[in-house]
Amino acid sequence: MPLLQIAEPEETAPRRAFRRAVGIDLGTTNSLVATVRNGFAMVLPDDQGRPLVPSIVRYGENGVEVGYEAMARQSTDPQNTIVSVKRLMGRGLADLADAHRFPYRFVDTDGMVKVVTRAGVKSPVEVSAEILRALRLRGEVALGGAIEGAVVTVPAYFDDAQRQATKDAARLAGLPILRLLNEPTAAAVAYGLDNAAEGTYAIYDLGGGTFDISILKLTRGVFEVLATNGDSALGGDDFDHRVFCWILETAKLPPQSPADARMLLVKSREAKEMLTGHDAAPLLVTLSDNTKVDLTLTTDTFSAITQNLVARTLGPVKRALNDAKLKPSDIKGVVLVGGATRMPQIRRAVAQWFGQPPLTNLNPDEVVALGAAIQANKLVGNRERDEDWLLLDVIPLSLGVETMGGLTEKIISRNATIPITRAQEFTTFKDGQTAMAIHVVQGERERVADCRSLARFELRGIPPMVAGAARIRVTFEVDADGLLSVSAREQKTGVEASIEVKPSYGLSDKEIARMLQESFAHATEDAEARSLAESQVEADQLVAATRSALTSDADLLSADERAAIERALSDVERLRAGGDRHALHAAVSALNHATSEFANRRMDRSIAHSLAGKRVDSVLGS
Amino acid sequence: MIDLTRNYFDLFGLPERFRVDPAALDRAYRELQSEVHPDRHASGTEAQKRVALQSSARVNEGYRALKDPVERASYLLELRGIDAAGESDTQLPLEFLERQLERREEASEANAASDSRRLDSIVSEVDNEARDLEDSIAILLDRDHAYPEARGRVRQLRFLKKVSDDLRALQHALDEH
Repeated sequence: MPLLQIAEPEETAPRRAFRRAVGIDLGTTNSLVATVRNGFAMVLPDDQGRPLVPSIVRYGENGVEVGYEAMARQSTDPQNTIVSVKRLMGRGLADLADAHRFPYRFVDTDGMVKVVTRAGVKSPVEVSAEILRALRLRGEVALGGAIEGAVVTVPAYFDDAQRQATKDAARLAGLPILRLLNEPTAAAVAYGLDNAAEGTYAIYDLGGGTFDISILKLTRGVFEVLATNGDSALGGDDFDHRVFCWILETAKLPPQSPADARMLLVKSREAKEMLTGHDAAPLLVTLSDNTKVDLTLTTDTFSAITQNLVARTLGPVKRALNDAKLKPSDIKGVVLVGGATRMPQIRRAVAQWFGQPPLTNLNPDEVVALGAAIQANKLVGNRERDEDWLLLDVIPLSLGVETMGGLTEKIISRNATIPITRAQEFTTFKDGQTAMAIHVVQGERERVADCRSLARFELRGIPPMVAGAARIRVTFEVDADGLLSVSAREQKTGVEASIEVKPSYGLSDKEIARMLQESFAHATEDAEARSLAESQVEADQLVAATRSALTSDADLLSADERAAIERALSDVERLRAGGDRHALHAAVSALNHATSEFANRRMDRSIAHSLAGKRVDSVLGS
Repeated sequence: MIDLTRNYFDLFGLPERFRVDPAALDRAYRELQSEVHPDRHASGTEAQKRVALQSSARVNEGYRALKDPVERASYLLELRGIDAAGESDTQLPLEFLERQLERREEASEANAASDSRRLDSIVSEVDNEARDLEDSIAILLDRDHAYPEARGRVRQLRFLKKVSDDLRALQHALDEH
């Protein structure tokens, strides 16, 4: 094949060192991987041209399935097929108001809920890592080697535990993660750079399971987030669930088995999607006990049963604008992100609230991944675009510590620009006190019990002093990923007391190490899948190059030679579809062999062409 | 890499005054972040990333301190060796405190009656008083260099901002119903 390509010298000019970078949108319903190629951000599709990977993982009898394959089995094997795992990230069982909706067998372990599957007890981090691993693989095949830098997006309203869990999942999936990027901010980057936008914009991002609203100011290449708000447990899934409840109610059905419930939910989603372009959607379902459901869902009914979900997005919108000290009329444009914003009632509500139709000239499913790819490309050090730009993001929820009486003392306020470091001094309240417990919380509420507990620290070795004499400086540091670290030291005596970190969430390094160990078992599968995919890419390129050569230079071949090449071509095409990498590889080699003489003749002709009409010194001098 | 020991005015290239040009402040902030932000050093060594994180956090802190009038005035006084942020000593003038107390009472009545227009007018009263205070602080700090007097006004302004924030929270709560 290299010989065939010599005929097009300008296409094989050596490229400057390019680092392989991807942006990943790890969604509740669907995930995507994108990259920047020749200055353009593009989503990387699978070998059937499908851009999305359903965020579904099935622990099957013969291994793990991710995406469409897992999706196809969700109704028949619901307890081992994990959907919407993003809703479980960084969450304990008590945090899940809607736990009853999931058909899974939950185990409430320390900090984060886990799911019992036939492959054992799996944490949401491990399940998410399976999705990320599939995306990593897709990226590696498309880019022809190991990923050197990745940006993974998270909902802007994700708290520290949810962010940490996402980062752990990326590490577990073997992704070299450069940054966690907020989804609406990623969308703003893709939209803003594409449209050379200037001014204040609102990004309304309703995904499968999360809602974010971010207000950004775009000024000469600086994307400054002024405020963000949201609901990390509100999304398109909830609209499906409303339809599901409506079906049960209208058809007077009893509570359903996990398999039937899953099937009805799938039908509910299909009906919801159909209503985006139609006034009514039929719901025809046959349940496992042969009960037939035959209903029609109209747009009016759908709007009525989801009205308060739509309304629930407007509270955060108001709060974000208040925090940014802006009125709806100050907003130059409203960008819609997330597949759920295709619903007409959402578009109407947004248009009405902001007093202007939202901007919809972009694909709401892809814009986040594209923005992440642009950011990854920049962070990894590729300078594809000429324009220079910078992102200034914020922390969505206030951070503080517990003080006397179970109240919170805020140390970093929500919407503070990150990275940020703030310190606060505390003192002892008993004579001779030598230790101090520090409880770190996140949230807006006054009472600790209403906030999310992030970590408990113990500062020991404070020299005994009278009450109130010690000065303990607690320092909060939030990095550019929005992740917090806390340290504390006693100032007055100059004695540096040590602190012990006991995260009440997330994975310890030991756990990560164990999981990575286990994933080595996957490594062979991964490598196998990657080589097959690589061979397929190689086969496609060779087939395309051969076909194009046959079109232009078939006259260089005898009829027999031509027939031999055609035979080799059809062998490759036949084996391309199968899963046998070795057979495909052999066929590719055969085609290479069959075309090598053809390639030589084409090269001769091409040299003859390029020399024609040129002076000898210009040829020698080049 | 920026010098973490420089004071914020110096860092942002602004004169050490209470009155600052907001456009110049914003511009300087963006220029500084363009240099030091962690995104600029994402492919650097661990040490370079650490420095970027610290420098960028410092610039954010400086921006916050210079952008807000109360914080800016307190910071200027701090540079002159006067603590205006602490809770300690001097009482606020009784007449000032009484006025704010009255407003709070009036506001909670307006809130109970869902009278958002009355609430709005109390908010604008508070904002006017704050603006007058800012003007007098500017004169005391920038022209007269009368720091101890300025300190008293700065403490009043801080108190007033708190009242204003609380009233706005009431306004927003009223709007949401």
